[in-house]
Amino acid sequence: MSVPENFRYTSDHEWVLLEGEVATVGITHHAQDELTDIVFVELPEVGRECETEEAIAVVESVKAASDIFAPVAGEIVEANGELESDPALVNTDPHAKGWIFKIKVSDPAEVAALMDAAAYSEFIGA
Amino acid sequence: MSADKIQQTPLADLHVELGAKMIPFAGWNMPVQYTSIMDEHAAVRQAVGIFDISHMGQFFLSGAGAEEWLNTILANDAKKLAIGEAQYTFMLNEQGGVIDDLIIYRFGDDQIFLVVNASMIDVDFAWLNKHLVDGLTLTNESDAWAAMAVQGPDAVACYAKLFPGRTLPKRNGIDTWEENGEKCIVCRTGYTGEDGFEFFSSAESGSTWFKKFVDAGAKPCGLGARDTLRLEVCYPLNGSDLSPERTPLQAGLGFFCALDTDFIGVDVLRKQKEEGLIERLVAIKYTGKGPPPRAHYGVFTKDGEQLSELSSGAMSPSLKEGVAMTYLPVDSAKIGTLVDIDVRGRRYEAKVVKKPFYKKD
Repeated sequence: MSVPENFRYTSDHEWVLLEGEVATVGITHHAQDELTDIVFVELPEVGRECETEEAIAVVESVKAASDIFAPVAGEIVEANGELESDPALVNTDPHAKGWIFKIKVSDPAEVAALMDAAAYSEFIGA
Repeated sequence: MSADKIQQTPLADLHVELGAKMIPFAGWNMPVQYTSIMDEHAAVRQAVGIFDISHMGQFFLSGAGAEEWLNTILANDAKKLAIGEAQYTFMLNEQGGVIDDLIIYRFGDDQIFLVVNASMIDVDFAWLNKHLVDGLTLTNESDAWAAMAVQGPDAVACYAKLFPGRTLPKRNGIDTWEENGEKCIVCRTGYTGEDGFEFFSSAESGSTWFKKFVDAGAKPCGLGARDTLRLEVCYPLNGSDLSPERTPLQAGLGFFCALDTDFIGVDVLRKQKEEGLIERLVAIKYTGKGPPPRAHYGVFTKDGEQLSELSSGAMSPSLKEGVAMTYLPVDSAKIGTLVDIDVRGRRYEAKVVKKPFYKKD
């Protein structure tokens, strides 16, 4: 299962890619494989300030709704509008076109403290 | 039959071998999906799928006057059931509420096979026994049988591959015979809105048969697809769309209740028919895009007054639209009425539509 090297990961199975002070966030290949058949993504509002671990979005499969959390504190600067018409991008391309939101990170150290690819691989038993 | 322990069907190991995701359902460890609910749903609509339904209960009733007695316990008219045919019916409480919906099959004079919902096996068996009369024998053989539903436009071809010498009975018909000295039962019934059949064998032979149907082209399907398939054609799910507090008339299933027979609960149904219903189970569909509607989401008038909650809901895989069922007061239950569904505090508009959501071309 794909676990890109340059990303950071949370125990909620989200990936985080920090570029400058903005981090892109999505759910991992492992998470989408567990959920299967994503049929709806409720995106966070741009401009929203959020705390670490705050539930800010929802990913829904045929069977269940799952909360998506802010992996770190910050301000939402962009949401992936593509997912409104094509939520299945989360399944087909979870680490790229299936990104969910971008967050302006309050403290980059928070990102550095997340799991790296090796730790996440071990976490999911891959 | 203990309620505290999760039960395994005779096919449980096979499901894991086939890559199923297993979940607890009605006290049973069941496959919710193998690959994807969408793919499994599509396979049944377009080709053929197979479901393990061994968790459902199988009772046998025999003895002189079996049909007459059933007419005192079940809502449909068992005396109208011809030998070799199946009938959908209800077990009701004294208030006319639904204890269970079930299918009864008539093998011969005074020989009835009953298939009941998994979660209701013990309740139904106790209820039937409580009312049983001398001369009738009722047995619960649920553990002795494996059961599978083969459903979809290619189900007939799938059957022909396994049993080249046999013809599938007509819709709602049944057939029994022996294979290698073991009894097999096939019924042209199902819960998907597609053509197909339900096949019963000994528990021991269940896995072998399931694999044979898979080899003959049937895609293994889980409870996830079973739920979206049945909802698209508005087949009710007991415990969700049917409940002990509501009658089959309220559920729009009066066709299966013979009000000229004297079954438990009939008085309430006759009164409802005479006086008119206060509320009805309706089909509603989103007018726009939105998150999948799910059971228990609140249903509101356009003015914000709560009417009910959803009894079932899903993003329809065939229609790609949010579809749901709910009980609404009759003046809000007319086709075309607009309501709002509350999803996490946001309102999404839905419209009362004709049942079913999905119809074969």
